[in-house]
Amino acid sequence: MKGWLNARNVFIAIVLVALTLLPVYAGITGDRFVVTLFTRIIILAIAATSLNLILGYGGMMSFGHAAYLGIGGYAVGIFAHEGIYSGFIQWPVALIMSALFALVIGALSLRTRGVYFIMITLAFAQMAYYVVAGLARYGGDDGLTIYKRSDFAGLVNLSNKTFFYYFCLIVLYACIYIVWRLVNSRFGLVIQGVRSNETRMRAIGFPTYRYRLVCFVIAGTMCGLAGALVANHTDFVSPAMMYWTRSGDLIVMVVLGGMGSLFGPLFGAVALLVLEEVLSGVTEYWQIILGPLLLLVVLFARGGIDGLLGKVRHA
Amino acid sequence: MPDLLQVDNLAKRFGGIVATDELSINISEGELHAVIGPNGAGKTTLISQLSGQLVPDSGRIRFDGNDITAVPMHARSALGLARTFQITSLFLDLSVLDNVALAVQARAGHSFRFWRNARREPELREPARAALDRVGLGARTHLPTSALSHGEHRQIELAMALASKPRMLLLDEPMAGLGPEESARMVAMLRELKKELTILLVEHDMEAVFALADRITVLVYGRVIASGKPEDIRNNTQVRDAYLGEQEAVHG
Repeated sequence: MKGWLNARNVFIAIVLVALTLLPVYAGITGDRFVVTLFTRIIILAIAATSLNLILGYGGMMSFGHAAYLGIGGYAVGIFAHEGIYSGFIQWPVALIMSALFALVIGALSLRTRGVYFIMITLAFAQMAYYVVAGLARYGGDDGLTIYKRSDFAGLVNLSNKTFFYYFCLIVLYACIYIVWRLVNSRFGLVIQGVRSNETRMRAIGFPTYRYRLVCFVIAGTMCGLAGALVANHTDFVSPAMMYWTRSGDLIVMVVLGGMGSLFGPLFGAVALLVLEEVLSGVTEYWQIILGPLLLLVVLFARGGIDGLLGKVRHA
Repeated sequence: MPDLLQVDNLAKRFGGIVATDELSINISEGELHAVIGPNGAGKTTLISQLSGQLVPDSGRIRFDGNDITAVPMHARSALGLARTFQITSLFLDLSVLDNVALAVQARAGHSFRFWRNARREPELREPARAALDRVGLGARTHLPTSALSHGEHRQIELAMALASKPRMLLLDEPMAGLGPEESARMVAMLRELKKELTILLVEHDMEAVFALADRITVLVYGRVIASGKPEDIRNNTQVRDAYLGEQEAVHG
């Protein structure tokens, strides 16, 4: 079909094929580390994709998104610590707790705008961080080691590295698909209308607050799922995973990849974490190189990596 | 003709400035009522209170017999009261058609529909296309809104108001910043619309106002100094002193 073959779609296809074939490459070369690294990248891409829903499409600059990683992770960790390994219990609780947390934070913070919104989301996330750090029974500051991964009645084996990689990849593709459906639905158009001009949205008859709140909760829940995956990937949870710098990393991924683009967060997550991996091998002060790089993106490539691939047009 | 909009003793202050001063105005169903006045007369403040964007300090607004003074903005537009903005207020990063389709969607029940592609729903896209055709933008629907000219933005504003199927339009300076040709087209368009809708028109372009209005209300410092048929207003000495004379002096 005419119009489908363009730079963006070719690039997306290459990335998706490369991700799909990565374990094959690892199998041939015997490079096991690359699978571990990319599992991490994929999980964080899920988190960034969820952030993109509110930040990129909804214009809500949440600076506390890593809190859901922690909540999802600790839901798995705490159950495991108490001897309950069933994923059918751990994961729904991870999602529900993330949704509830998002509902409470959103209900309060979405009444504010701009800097206040950023500060309130940040404050709540830091509060969650200190609460978790204070849970002495669950390791407090030191975190909590998970001795057994989530068990889905023996249906899947998350301890198998290759299997877990594909499992995360499928979750990522599913999340991207969900976001794609969402942003093109009536709901999604309302969310983008609010980002563009909220006063006008209210003037033409939309009660904007409730739409933004629902969007905020969906994003939080999706990120909670990423949290449950992180816990299973690292076999460890600690308060550090919800520290505010983590939220910053997620924002960087979204901005670097392209705000409000479907695959942008994935591109951003791959770019940031691969850069981090490569640069930290060169120098301990890799952030000195990363900083100016980000500056260049913000100054000269507003649309991030996705923006470099050309403009998107909606009929 | 029954009154569609009744405003009684409306008042609004900003600190020491009285923007609306015990203002009363009645607008009959089907009329085009123009509100004129010098800069700072409180015309936009009035429209903002009528549309619900600003809350009046006192007074009462009734629409179709119901008190709507405390009704929030989004609910007023659901009742059939649509406004356009003096300063173009559009969704610049969305397409022209998306802008108008959102106005249709606003009147099509709640939007908690998460799955179906809204850009492929004929019940949203068709009325939006029809409204754009009506204002003469039928060929520009797929462009990003930011790519269109100022005059075209004014036309989109109008299409959005039309697409929301209002009973009454509140138009805040629809001619602002338009060239002579675009103004003429806008006047022709409004003349068509006034056959179907009740319109409150705030406008600086006197030629347009006198060409279109059934009745005119003159505001000075938030107060009504005269209200009546165009010929009465033209011959009213108080109005001439306060406003029209000043305009003629400027133009002369």
